[in-house]
Amino acid sequence: MPSLCRACLTLTETGTARCPACRSPRIVSHPELADLSIAHMDCDAFYASVEKRDNPELRDRAVIVGGGTRGVVSTCCYIARISGVRSAMPMFQALKLCPQAVVVKPRMAAYAETSRAIRAMMEDLTPAIEPLSLDEAFMDLTGTARLHGAPPAVMLARLLRRMETELGISGSVGLSHNKFLAKIASDLDKPRGFSVIGRAETEAFLETRPVRIIWGVGTAMQAALERAGIRTIADLRRWDRGDLMARFGQMGGRLYDLARGEDRRRVNRDEKVKSISKETTFDADISDADLLDGHLWRLAEQVADRAKAKGLAGRTVVLKLKRGDFSGISRRHALPGATQTADRIYREAAALLMPERGRAPFRLIGVGIADLCPAREADREGDLLDPDAGRRAKAEAATDAIRARFGRDAIIKGRALR
Amino acid sequence: MKISIERGTLLKAVGQAQSVVERRNTIPILANVLIEAEGDSVSFRATDLDIEVVDRAPAMVERAGATTVSAVMLHEIVRKLPDGALIVLSEDAASGRLTVAAGRSTFSLATLPREDFPVMASSEYSSNFAAPAPVLRRLFDKAKFAISTEETRYYLNGVYMHVSTGEDGPVLRCVATDGHRLARIDAPLPEGAQGMPGVIVPRKTVNELRKLLDDDSATIAVSVSETKVRFATPAISLTSKVIDGTFPDYTRVIPTGNTRRLEVDASEFAKAVDRVATVSSERSRAVKLSLDEDRLVLSVNAPDSGAAEEELAVAYGDERLEIGFNAKYLLEIASQVDRENAVFLFNSSADPTLMREGNDTSAIYVVMPMRV
Repeated sequence: MPSLCRACLTLTETGTARCPACRSPRIVSHPELADLSIAHMDCDAFYASVEKRDNPELRDRAVIVGGGTRGVVSTCCYIARISGVRSAMPMFQALKLCPQAVVVKPRMAAYAETSRAIRAMMEDLTPAIEPLSLDEAFMDLTGTARLHGAPPAVMLARLLRRMETELGISGSVGLSHNKFLAKIASDLDKPRGFSVIGRAETEAFLETRPVRIIWGVGTAMQAALERAGIRTIADLRRWDRGDLMARFGQMGGRLYDLARGEDRRRVNRDEKVKSISKETTFDADISDADLLDGHLWRLAEQVADRAKAKGLAGRTVVLKLKRGDFSGISRRHALPGATQTADRIYREAAALLMPERGRAPFRLIGVGIADLCPAREADREGDLLDPDAGRRAKAEAATDAIRARFGRDAIIKGRALR
Repeated sequence: MKISIERGTLLKAVGQAQSVVERRNTIPILANVLIEAEGDSVSFRATDLDIEVVDRAPAMVERAGATTVSAVMLHEIVRKLPDGALIVLSEDAASGRLTVAAGRSTFSLATLPREDFPVMASSEYSSNFAAPAPVLRRLFDKAKFAISTEETRYYLNGVYMHVSTGEDGPVLRCVATDGHRLARIDAPLPEGAQGMPGVIVPRKTVNELRKLLDDDSATIAVSVSETKVRFATPAISLTSKVIDGTFPDYTRVIPTGNTRRLEVDASEFAKAVDRVATVSSERSRAVKLSLDEDRLVLSVNAPDSGAAEEELAVAYGDERLEIGFNAKYLLEIASQVDRENAVFLFNSSADPTLMREGNDTSAIYVVMPMRV
């Protein structure tokens, strides 16, 4: 059976417990090791790892990356995980579980920079990269063996080794024959994992797994499946395609295929951005209209900045609210024409917020644009009933120009100070 | 209750009523039509709580009474019965069902008690006048397309009917706008309409009203209050709440200083716009108008899909002008022109453009240009 030493990258045909070359025990053996080429790479506790790398004092301490006392855990290191801390957990709960943890505010710029460096290393392996977020991506290495003079498994192990030595960040790789299984595999052996799911064992591997492992099956879908008596993939396999589709629509068809380990989705090089949004969780619940208004404006401005940077505009404005009891409200409004100006986004979001004011206090507010299109289609039509809109748009363009030259704080609206 | 009624008569009456009924309803009784039989006629009443329509039809009333049944179901049944059939509607008090019988067909429909049916509170109308159907038809038909569908500007979701002053004196005026285009239609002020409060007639009411206006010889009794409007013929009365909001001051939107005049055959123009817009891949299809001495070039340049150009002979004597519009808006206003040439009055490529039919100022349209 082909075996790969993840320490020295030696590939042998006989599976041994230790590497014959360097005596390392970090061996991965699989009959299809040299034949599989779809991979999913996921960094281990990415934000926390970056923090530990940049501040060695944190190395042996529990680190939680997240915002404020009211925020949620974005990422926590493996030491914190021992105490039961998980990402997306409210901060107060995390600190109850792990009071000795060091809470670090996210430094997105640092993560983005490290992410770019990882991306550059992945580019050396294949151009077919589909990033899912800053810290994970799919890669399709099909047909690269000749070019690299080594099968994908070796190149992936090399990537992990480079990330550790050059960037100080560890990651886990899942290697399989499609995206669905690669994604599952990367999670099997975290951290510093390297897992392989081959064609031959696919069915047996999935058999006993809960439906939850299917990407896209969340709490709601899981409950719906449970009502149909489906808990495991084996349960799912007993249904035929027609019945699943009748009950779950399009998703039913996908479930049918995925239950059989079939996934024909390709690794899309840059998946198109579908929406741009920004949100903020308050330190204390807010009902004050002026305060909400200030947040709304700052978020609208951030969304507009991002849209302008990407050359995109949105035809729909989305407002997201979360109330004190965590219940969510989402409102969207389709515009007659696309926009990318903070002014329009803010005004539309404010109009969406107006009827919801009575449901305050809120713990979170978010603003976004969706149904995106190129910027050249944006803000082309004036409004007969709002003749000042054109002047405000010009003022915004001037503001952007001033900021580009003198920095973000060179000019701000009074509204932003609320 | 027991009545006999001719199928065609019943179909028309129920048809009118059922179109008011909202298809997705949370209050069961609102899906029903209230049937009331008395004397030698029967009335069908339906409502969505904002609009109420009452349709009266002659019938042979054997036993007076009233009940409610599903409007859509009754309409479907009557529609499927053969033309010319005599239909007997009879209510069985014991079973609480309404029997619909025609020839060999019998249907038995569940009913809800008439007492539960919401009847719109009658209101004091401050203004009552009569207007010929063709006059109202023109006012609303020509304005309708510009009604906004944006819920955030709910006060634009209807036609603003009010009294104003036109070039030849007082007029009954209908205005609609969505911020991109505006229609302003005038008719000579009918007797008795002076002092009428301005009201925003909701889109759905405008659509329902249209069904009362097909008969050229009909006269419509119009009643208006601050909160309601009513349109009635002897057979049908349509009562509607009006939109509770202030219609914006549209007068400052209508350009008065536009001097660059283009005259063009409206239907030729519309066809050409439609043709060139085909190549646009964008949601809002932008068409560029390039004007020069008696020459109009319509063009679309869509980077992803292609380009198109068409030239039209027009009357234009001003300096060169290039201006872009949403093709859909141009098509809509051009289709309002039915007798003479369309006259466009431009200012600059960023200012609102005015369009009218010949020199007729009783119907004018304003459209906002688009950056191209």
